[in-house]
Amino acid sequence: MLEKILILLCLSSALAEQPCKPDASDGYKVRLSIKTALGDEAYVWNENEMFLFRATLAFAMRSHLNGQEFDVSNIIVCDETPRVTFWFVVTSPLNTSGLVDKGVVEEAIRMSRNRINSAFLLTDKTLEFIGITPTLTAPVNPDTPPWLIVFGVVMGAVGAGIIVVLVSPLVLKKRKKNEETDEDEEETGVKAVENGSTREGVYNMSFSDDERLTQM
Amino acid sequence: MDVTDKMTERPKWDNKVQYLLTCIGFAVGLGNVWRFPYLCQVYGGGAFLIPYVIALVFEGLPLLHMELAIGQRLRMGSVGVWNSISPYMGGLGVASMAVSFLVGLFYNMILAWILWYFFHSFQSPLPWRDCPLNLNHTGYVSECEKSSAVNYFWYRETLNVTPNIETSGSLQWWLVLCLATAWCLVYICFIRGIETIGKAIYITATFPYLVLTIFLVRALTLSGATDGLIYLFTPNWETLKNPEVWLDAATQIFFSLSLAFGGLIAFSSYNAQKNNCERDALIVGCVNSFTSIYASIPIFAILGFKANENYNACRNWNILRLTNAFNIADENITLENYGDWLNYLNTTDPSEVDNLNLKTCDLQTFLDQSASGTGLAFIVFTEAVINMPGSQVWAVLFFVMLFSLGLSSMFGNLEGVLTPLLDLHMVPSWMPKEIFTGLICLSSFTVALIFTLGSGNYWLEIFNSYVGSMPLLIIAFFEIISVVYIYGINRFNDDIEWMSGRRPNFYWQATWRFISPFMLLVVFVAYVVVEAEKQPTYNAWNPDYVDFPLADVQPYPKWVYAICVLLSVLPVVSIPIVAMYKFTGFLKKYIENRHSQNPYANDL
Repeated sequence: MLEKILILLCLSSALAEQPCKPDASDGYKVRLSIKTALGDEAYVWNENEMFLFRATLAFAMRSHLNGQEFDVSNIIVCDETPRVTFWFVVTSPLNTSGLVDKGVVEEAIRMSRNRINSAFLLTDKTLEFIGITPTLTAPVNPDTPPWLIVFGVVMGAVGAGIIVVLVSPLVLKKRKKNEETDEDEEETGVKAVENGSTREGVYNMSFSDDERLTQM
Repeated sequence: MDVTDKMTERPKWDNKVQYLLTCIGFAVGLGNVWRFPYLCQVYGGGAFLIPYVIALVFEGLPLLHMELAIGQRLRMGSVGVWNSISPYMGGLGVASMAVSFLVGLFYNMILAWILWYFFHSFQSPLPWRDCPLNLNHTGYVSECEKSSAVNYFWYRETLNVTPNIETSGSLQWWLVLCLATAWCLVYICFIRGIETIGKAIYITATFPYLVLTIFLVRALTLSGATDGLIYLFTPNWETLKNPEVWLDAATQIFFSLSLAFGGLIAFSSYNAQKNNCERDALIVGCVNSFTSIYASIPIFAILGFKANENYNACRNWNILRLTNAFNIADENITLENYGDWLNYLNTTDPSEVDNLNLKTCDLQTFLDQSASGTGLAFIVFTEAVINMPGSQVWAVLFFVMLFSLGLSSMFGNLEGVLTPLLDLHMVPSWMPKEIFTGLICLSSFTVALIFTLGSGNYWLEIFNSYVGSMPLLIIAFFEIISVVYIYGINRFNDDIEWMSGRRPNFYWQATWRFISPFMLLVVFVAYVVVEAEKQPTYNAWNPDYVDFPLADVQPYPKWVYAICVLLSVLPVVSIPIVAMYKFTGFLKKYIENRHSQNPYANDL
């Protein structure tokens, strides 16, 4: 009786160990770099963290395959190292000895990658699933490239400056002309009034000679 | 009335400071920032200063003094000045004008590139930091992955360069926009000649010094800065035995002071005649050299920082490989204990360590990755800026500094074209000056559109090497010979004594009469010999090249080489042509006079 129980136990434990091993065909290797990501605020990797991982992965499987109820026990982990790497395989809840296909696991992880990362305060780079390349973030493409905006501002300022520089002497000239015509009117008015001044009359320009240099 | 009109018409500087700043701004240009530090580094650091100072004292300062003096005395641009000195040497002025025009074309294209980078510095993250994704978002663009993000941004997104010079490609609309902006900015400062230049120069000549000081303070606080500075300034006295060092020092001084462009003559022609031009020459020459040395300090501090970053990245990559392969807890191997760990792992499992193909990281190799010219500004420096905190600010400051350095040099180029044309009365009297300067800018912009083609970068290199070098040496040589031997050194001395109140001393006499012409001749001959030995090849950026991202060295096709020779010869061909023309005119008159010998004629 005892022997039978012993044999059964050995068999079952052997069966239980087999699905998860390094380089398993349906398993993935996970690598965490907690210290690199969090520095001083790094948490210690222990059994509880491992439990959280298995729970998160079960959540990912549940979200992807809507019908099936994955549980923590469906995620089997092995080959843990001090680097914090380990292998895991996922067993199907419908058939405990059968493993879920690699492709299905990959899709599930891709879908919930963000949630898995945030559960551990890590990023795509510090929580790596070896073999699942992170989807590269598409660059933000604004409708107007920002450089065109800066270009528009600079060109606008320069254009306005050119117009100001070209137009301002013309405006000044006009203003001066107006002032001069005002002054002329004033002068003739004043001259007419000034009768008792020492000046004898209006200075006649027509006979003045500007030529200081006598021409030969 | 005519005489008084002419005398009152010539514009003049508002004050002495404007004039000095403009000359300094013309002399201090992009070369001070991206050519001198490179030469210093390649030719043994501190030791390079010796041939540099010797070239400054025996070649740079005498030529500078001479140009400022003749401009000030004869009060005309380059064409008028050389016509006055001797009608046979009128061709010198035309040559100067042609060189100024051609250099102005490609110089402003460089400013357009600087503007492009300036416009892109207002984004976070900087666009040259990351490679763009390929079409189906599975990875990065292969051209970018093979070279680097900064290289890709420069060659593909900025220049969109073609694989060789025969393929012209099309006009790149974004570069046309930037070129138009650059010419508009130049136009607004240049619109009324020195009246507007004099106002703009207060900012464009002083701003670079402010930025260089800011960079100096920042750069010295970066890690790895001291490595860069030590590398730059460690004198390697062995290099002084290499004649190429002396040749490069002489050409660097010559091009750095912007001699033989006619711009300096134009600027000094607007001076009052009674002005101490000897002191001006000394100030401009010494400030130019001081700026070169002052600029190389932050440049090299930043390059040292970049080399340090690359070195650490290399070592960290090795550390990550070891950590992942041996499953050691992360951050157990650090930069400090890397050596000990490597030894330990080598003893325990050497085959595994070998399999990892760890990189050899050597700081010296990274420091040796030097560059000059556009490579320094647009590839090396932009890469360094990415790693500095607050990259956008530093990028903006750097490109604005480069732009103002280039802008103040552009003023000199354009004045070298405008002043002779004004003096020759080639401007119709109905045309106001603003329209005329606008026409000059517009025509330059139109011709410079060739540099916005896909192959534009290759053409710019051609212009830079063939127009901005040999013709200037020839012009300068004939300049000094004309002044000293045709105009007469005694007459020149008298003029300077009249202008500044002091007769030039023995140093100026010796250098003007013998040392400078001799040095120029030697430099010219050596330059021709060195250039003739080199194969006319160029570095092409060809993504399909076998050894990409290394440069694909291609020879120039025959028709391109013909253009190169034409560019070197065309500006200076006016010197013999004008001399011949005047001589045949003289001969004609002489023969006529001998035939019609009239005893009553007064003009024999």
